[in-house]
Amino acid sequence: MSYNWNWGVFFQLSPDGTYTYLQLLLFGAGWTIATALLAWAIALSVGAIVGVIRTSPVPWLVRLGNAYVELFRNIPLLVQMFLWYFVLPELMPQAVGDWLKQSSNASFYNAVICLGLYTSARVAEQVKAGILSLRSGQRMAGLAMGLTLPQTYRYVLLPMAFRIILPPLSSEFLNIIKNSSVALTIGLIELTAAARSMSEFSFQVFEAFTGATLIYIIINIIVVAGMRWLERRVAVPGFISMGTPAAAH
Amino acid sequence: MFANFDWDVIIRSLPYLFLDGMRFTIMLTLMATGAGIVIGTLLAMARLSNIPGLSHVAGAYVNLIRSMPLVLVIFWFYFLVPYIGQWITGASRPIQVGAFFSALVTFTLFEAAYFCEIMRAGIQSIPRGQVQAAQALGMTYWTAMGEIILPQAFRNMVPVLLTQTIILFQDTSLVYVISVTDFFGAASKVAQRDGRLVEMYLFAAAVYFVISLAASYWVRRLQTRIAIIR
Repeated sequence: MSYNWNWGVFFQLSPDGTYTYLQLLLFGAGWTIATALLAWAIALSVGAIVGVIRTSPVPWLVRLGNAYVELFRNIPLLVQMFLWYFVLPELMPQAVGDWLKQSSNASFYNAVICLGLYTSARVAEQVKAGILSLRSGQRMAGLAMGLTLPQTYRYVLLPMAFRIILPPLSSEFLNIIKNSSVALTIGLIELTAAARSMSEFSFQVFEAFTGATLIYIIINIIVVAGMRWLERRVAVPGFISMGTPAAAH
Repeated sequence: MFANFDWDVIIRSLPYLFLDGMRFTIMLTLMATGAGIVIGTLLAMARLSNIPGLSHVAGAYVNLIRSMPLVLVIFWFYFLVPYIGQWITGASRPIQVGAFFSALVTFTLFEAAYFCEIMRAGIQSIPRGQVQAAQALGMTYWTAMGEIILPQAFRNMVPVLLTQTIILFQDTSLVYVISVTDFFGAASKVAQRDGRLVEMYLFAAAVYFVISLAASYWVRRLQTRIAIIR
């Protein structure tokens, strides 16, 4: 191979004059993690609500929830990013649009909202599957005990459903970390973008991508270990977790 | 809100969007799916084999690819494919490859890791007794796989494989990061040339939405049809 390897490049100063290339990658990893965590908060809360209303006895709520999921699942993430970042400010009243475009860290907030709602549709699918996997007797028993429907969800159905779907949810969380890389198209310097710019400045393409790959693998290992711990922690004795890992990415 | 919405820019660029862009997207999706399923099935067989080294190598490959974002994988292969070409052909310098070929290699090898996991689940869904029965009848490994196991595994997994293909169809839009003109790349070129971001991006989103939604409904119907026959 006619490629000059130079692993020392990580400790060389980047063109900004203050930080080494390794530090640039780590900053990128920081943005990746920040984006993923905030987006995950949106995805979990919105996804739980949408998942719940899709199992509710109100037909129009079910249809609304289904439409929401289909909308966010059938448009590529990249296109959704562009819609939030380029199209939404144009459709707003002039003043709001200008404010959206000029706010600092606009690409970060855009990425968080876009990624959060995109993933919420997938979370909603899992939450619905989790609730439907419970015996229908549980809902009836809750209502028969005099709980209202929201109370039945809060105290009977959801605590069990979330435990059941913990494995697929953890693979969704891994997906959100990986998907945050799409935000580089709207200018967020997350880990992949940092590796890309390192490769452009230093010409050490493969070292840069190897560095980013290793950081992604380390993040993955930490998340998987954390999720295993959480699964053991919240396990209800006598119940075997029975979720199926999602094939999506 | 849509007062100065310019429909004309969409009409004018339709031939470019569909004959250039969408053709690229569809070709890439179909070819990467076909090649990805073949390689993915071989990887699944390797992962399930008793040959220790082989199953570890296949497992490591699948886990490595699955822990990386697709965008990073696209960058990797974009720069790596010329060197791989040089290594295979023995040329003196990295060979030039076209955008389509580079994208095809990337998506094939990326999706192979996901198809591998699907096919592995499919192979494992076949009762062990069938393998033993095939062996008892004196079939070789390849005959048993080709005649008994894989046809059933494939059939069981058809809905999942097709769903993954729809995901792949959407994911091909990410070739945008290496400036390849797929459907979305074409839309974004027109958008930037004519300053019509709103129209073009909304139109692109609508096209992806309609195709993906129609395909996923079809997969769901197919799923129930297959279930009834069985």
